[in-house]
Amino acid sequence: MSDTPRRNPRMEWILRNRLHPEHEMLAAARNGPTRGPTGLLRKNPHAVGFIGPHGIRRIDRSAGLSGGASGSSSGGRGRSTGAKVELPLHRVDNPDFYVAVVVDLVAGRLSSHDRDILGQARLLVQGAEEQGAVVAVALGEAREANFELAGADRLVSLTELNGRPLSGYCPEHRLAVLEAVESQLAPRFWLFPDSIHGGADLGSRLSARLGERPAVHAWKVDAQQTVCRGGTQRTDWHRPTARVLLLAEECALPVDETRHEAKPIELDTLPDVSALIEDLGPVDVDPSKIALGEAEFILSAGNGIRDWDQFHAVATALGATEGASRVAVDDGHMPRGRQVGATGTWVTARVYVAVGISGAIQHLQGIGQCDKVIAINLDDSCDMIKRADLSVIGDSQAILGELLRLAAARQDNPDTASDDAATDMTEEARHVA
Amino acid sequence: MWPDPDLKVASLVSNGQHPKSGRSRRASQDARAVELGLKMAGAASRVIHVGDGDREGGLDQYLGMGLPEITLLNADEQADAVPVLLEYLKGASFDIVLTGVHAEQGEASGMVPYLLAEQLGWPLVSHIADIRKVEGGRAEVLQALPRGQRRLLRVPLPFIATVDSAAADARQYAFGAARRGRLVDAITDAPVDQARQEWTCAPAKPRPKRLHVAKAKSAADRFKAATAKPQGQGGSVIREGTDQEKATAIMELLVSEGVVR
Ligand SMILES: Cc1cc2nc3c(=O)[nH]c(=O)nc-3n(C[C@H](O)[C@H](O)[C@H](O)COP(=O)(O)OP(=O)(O)OC[C@H]3O[C@@H](n4cnc5c(N)ncnc54)[C@H](O)[C@@H]3O)c2cc1C
Repeated sequence: MSDTPRRNPRMEWILRNRLHPEHEMLAAARNGPTRGPTGLLRKNPHAVGFIGPHGIRRIDRSAGLSGGASGSSSGGRGRSTGAKVELPLHRVDNPDFYVAVVVDLVAGRLSSHDRDILGQARLLVQGAEEQGAVVAVALGEAREANFELAGADRLVSLTELNGRPLSGYCPEHRLAVLEAVESQLAPRFWLFPDSIHGGADLGSRLSARLGERPAVHAWKVDAQQTVCRGGTQRTDWHRPTARVLLLAEECALPVDETRHEAKPIELDTLPDVSALIEDLGPVDVDPSKIALGEAEFILSAGNGIRDWDQFHAVATALGATEGASRVAVDDGHMPRGRQVGATGTWVTARVYVAVGISGAIQHLQGIGQCDKVIAINLDDSCDMIKRADLSVIGDSQAILGELLRLAAARQDNPDTASDDAATDMTEEARHVA
Repeated sequence: MWPDPDLKVASLVSNGQHPKSGRSRRASQDARAVELGLKMAGAASRVIHVGDGDREGGLDQYLGMGLPEITLLNADEQADAVPVLLEYLKGASFDIVLTGVHAEQGEASGMVPYLLAEQLGWPLVSHIADIRKVEGGRAEVLQALPRGQRRLLRVPLPFIATVDSAAADARQYAFGAARRGRLVDAITDAPVDQARQEWTCAPAKPRPKRLHVAKAKSAADRFKAATAKPQGQGGSVIREGTDQEKATAIMELLVSEGVVR
């Protein structure tokens, strides 16, 4: 056969006519590169996508990620599936040095500050020529703390020392553990979050003990140079990087592209400490005196509250700070200072209980930073239920009444609270959901 | 109970500066420490300052709180305050030494109380809001926690405490009292802080704000990340059951989160 290119007018006609029954087949066959009349390689820019049901060309540029095969056929295209991507595992077998990160673990979870510090530790490890490992030191009970994804290669986790749990205020015990880590691993850097949750306190203690001069409020760190904020945030100090670093929030981006081993390390010797400071436990504070913006536990009322005296009684019994939606405030049931949301206060509570609040976007904006949201509502399709971690469908007055009774029962005998019944209930909640 | 004249309380004060205007003033946390000292020991409480004794720098404002005198440990600007203080505190016999959490000028590392405590071998309590009582050689201290919470600690004397901004406000200062107050010099030999000489100090640069970057591989995912409403991954919903069961489920979560004790 001669290789003179020949035109096929019929085929060209079919290719121009998108409604022709054979159009799709021929178009698919011509998708690849073709030779033009002069022998040049020709790509057909029109041969992408597929023709949708209304005869309109559709181009899927998601490169197969959303499950649709690009440009093959119009039928059988899957919707984009939120498949979990398995991140690549970063392995460190024989580290030459360690970078220790002492995490705060506020309420047993890694805070965003903790993650930033772990991200900074990763940068310090990557910048070095030898192979290093990030070792996270977690003192106290860790719940939902995902050290693998946060970037810890090794993990020193202790919940108690000499029979004393490492919860509450026990800086002497914690310091003793850090000293044991120091003598066993001799980390090249010690990283602490410069936070009021204990990181700054512990970091200062360790540097005083080790005789190291720490870099405090450090916000830009590499292996050589550190920039620290000075007093009242008015100056920057440029200094060589210290061995002990107390790092500000957002000093580095958290790790999010790799998975890590978080291999536990056992401490060989646990020190004996006799603590001078004695923790007598938390003191009750008047929840209504705590500013709404920094309250830890908020009970918030909306339009679904009928009995306001009962609501106040529940807040007092649970020790919660009171909040309200705008409707409750506009109707005069609550003072303006208690309003949560876009035009009120942006709250940071760890636990937020929304009673009879529908979850308008202006309200949801205000609770964006809350960890656990509990909703009590009659309507199981409202937006607050979609946001909430635990939702209870029912009449607010009846449920608040029961809560009040439970709180009173707890106060009478705090230990014998019906634990078993309660665990059954959470089990049930899981089934229901 | 307060003031207790037998109690030997000392507050360490530094020159402060206004966070916006930079004007010199008493440091707010140090002034609260002085206030706490005045509450506990009255006029017998001591106030110690390391510096060149420039009264305009903020010392006048401390004196104006009604102190008869401030002990001045002479040192110039480049000096390291810790050895000077250490020497002085070893010589004196204080029960309680109060400081602020951070200084308002310079490096503001907050390390002075820690270094003193380490070298004196005293316990240190950080971020205190109040001292409730001192009994039988032990003090009950109220510690300020984040989110307005408080914790009670018991510490043996002598100890060092850093006073948090949650402590009682410092009293107003008066011009006349400031005139009457005296600076009592103590002769000291202050070593220069060598390490600090190599650092450079510049006016603070604004820190870059972190942008929320949606890490999505495709335009469709980026679009979704930009437009999606903030909502949780769908928690558990309890529809069936009696009101009592529902209330128990809520209570259980509150207890496991530790907000109800
Ligand atoms: C510019 C602007 C700014 C705004 N700013 C804010 C703001 O800052 N904060 C804010 O909160 N709002 C704000 N809003 C108002 C917001 O849009 C909503 O109107 C408001 O949040 C609704 O409050 P609600 O959920 O209490 O009332 P509703 O929307 O009336 O919801 C009441 C809910 O209670 C439930 N309910 C009723 N009876 C019972 C019962 N017996 N037991 C249990 N549940 C029951 C209902 O099912 C319903 O879900 C703003 C609006 C605008 C336009």
